[in-house]
Amino acid sequence: MSDTLHYHFDVDGASFANAGRASVETKKLLRQLGVAPNVIRSISVAMYEGEINMVIHAHGGDADVYITEDTIIIILKDEGPGIRNVEEAMKEGFSTAPENIRALGFGAGMGLPNMKRYSDEMHIDTKVGVGTTIELWYHLNKQQ
Amino acid sequence: MAKYTHSVSIDPEKCTGCTTCLRRCPVEAIRIRDNKAVINPNSCIDCGECIRVCKHSAKHASYDQLSDLDFTKYLIALPAPSLFGQFNHMNEADHVIQGLLDMGFKDVYEVAKAAEYVTDLTRLYMNRPDVVLPAISSACPAVVRLIKLRYPTLCDQLVPVLTPYELAGKLAKERAAKEHPELDPDDIKTVFISPCPAKVSWAKSVMEGQKVYVDLVTSMNDVYMELLSKMKPEAEPSPEAASEAGVVGIGWAMTSGEAASLMNDEYLSADGIDNVIKVLDDLESGIVGQIKFVELNACSPGCVGGVLAPTNGYVARVRLHNLRKTGGMVVKPNDVSDIGDFSSGDIPDEYTEAEAFTYMPDGSPNMLSMMLAMKKAEALAEKLPKKDCGACGSPTCRAFALDVVHGEAKLEDCKIRTEME
Ligand SMILES: Nc1ncnc2c1ncn2[C@@H]1O[C@H](COP(=O)(O)OP(=O)(O)O)[C@@H](O)[C@H]1O
Ligand code: SF4
Ligand SMILES: [Mg+2]
Repeated sequence: MSDTLHYHFDVDGASFANAGRASVETKKLLRQLGVAPNVIRSISVAMYEGEINMVIHAHGGDADVYITEDTIIIILKDEGPGIRNVEEAMKEGFSTAPENIRALGFGAGMGLPNMKRYSDEMHIDTKVGVGTTIELWYHLNKQQ
Repeated sequence: MAKYTHSVSIDPEKCTGCTTCLRRCPVEAIRIRDNKAVINPNSCIDCGECIRVCKHSAKHASYDQLSDLDFTKYLIALPAPSLFGQFNHMNEADHVIQGLLDMGFKDVYEVAKAAEYVTDLTRLYMNRPDVVLPAISSACPAVVRLIKLRYPTLCDQLVPVLTPYELAGKLAKERAAKEHPELDPDDIKTVFISPCPAKVSWAKSVMEGQKVYVDLVTSMNDVYMELLSKMKPEAEPSPEAASEAGVVGIGWAMTSGEAASLMNDEYLSADGIDNVIKVLDDLESGIVGQIKFVELNACSPGCVGGVLAPTNGYVARVRLHNLRKTGGMVVKPNDVSDIGDFSSGDIPDEYTEAEAFTYMPDGSPNMLSMMLAMKKAEALAEKLPKKDCGACGSPTCRAFALDVVHGEAKLEDCKIRTEME
């Protein structure tokens, strides 16, 4: 992995104010690298949702960005409660967010579906009581 | 494509290399080299923040000097709406217009009036089936340039309608040609009185072959003293000086003014360049919700806070509010049907920007070489003190690391690091 560029961000679970910082910083880096605009947008949207989920559902975690010439991988890892039923969680509109969170405008149940839509591959590894790791993959030189 | 002409520059005689501007530049376009600030023209957006914060008056904007204006020509003043908020004890807009006429301008076309037409044109534009929402105002050129440099996916959301001062210039020239057929069109010159360097740059960055609506741009600061000496609040202004702009157009000088003229709700407005950047980031992440229009002003609280406007923007805002109540201004906004037939819903090309807003990143990095550079820079940044003190001449340790990798700075420039070792 010597030719891989790696950036790490702490996602602070205690603060809504900082939520989204990792995706904004990542966006800046990708722009500096000259990554295609549509890929940057997809990553901003998907990564933001993942970051917010870590804050709302899992007391924060780590965001890691790995960039190679042809692939970008975002790994969002937390030690929160885990997702009991992934299939159900992936459904549009499904949310376990409590009322006070919904009052803030979060918890529309669109996060995971959007992360899937705005990535080339999404892998969820989760265990109840242990935590959740979500990988978002982007293939840069894909034929369209 | 238009070559972008900057208007903000540095006076090396006065610059002490103090790092104030270095740290305040919202796009990290400034470096201190050989103890003097230098601006990277590829990333500067001419917002004027550095002029605002410099304690040594070492930053300035270039524009057409009042003393260089040839008043033997048919000069038409295009006062920005914010000009009307610059005067104390002034309860009538007509006094400002009279003052401009007394300065020697042959005619005055209020940008605020054109702004009301722009509102109508924007409404037409937003009714088009292919419009990308939320539409983003293109009235602040600092914001437009920021989007073009950094927000690739937002470029097609910018409203392509002419800006109020361009439209004012166009309509002013048409009026002059109609009322004075004897004049050589080359002798009719429009002079925009600008609150900011961004608008100077915008007006000066004209493409080859493009129609020029704004010929000259002066600074509000410059015009202010001269105008003040000409204004006679006690005298009755002449009928030619009657303001034609409505209270709506004047509102464009203040944050939310443009958006509020367009719609009742479903808009977002933000002012101050740092706030603008936050909103653009959120727009790009798609998290602003159900909003149809976004108004962004680099200055707080809107153009009244422009760096070339003499009066504190918040004071100017109060005055504009008062003027709107007492200034005898037209309450009903000017209607675009005054200037043409737009009933089909189409906007003729002459009312839209000649060039589409396209993404043009600062530099065109080759991804592979940039990756290598950033990897080296990351490794280097690990060893730096992470104090972002600016003493090295770069705005942050990370930026410094990349500057070193690019050969634009030397590692020894970080004095703190040397001390730590
Ligand atoms: N990192 C996470 N840790 C634990 N549960 C999660 C996590 N991310 C998502 N979930 C679960 O999946 C559900 C759906 O997520 P999402 O589609 O983002 O909707 P929302 O966040 O609006 O509830 C959440 O309500 C939550 O129960
Ligand atoms: S907000 Fe107005 S005054 Fe400030 S830079 Fe933009 S256009 Fe100029
Ligand atoms: Mg969510």
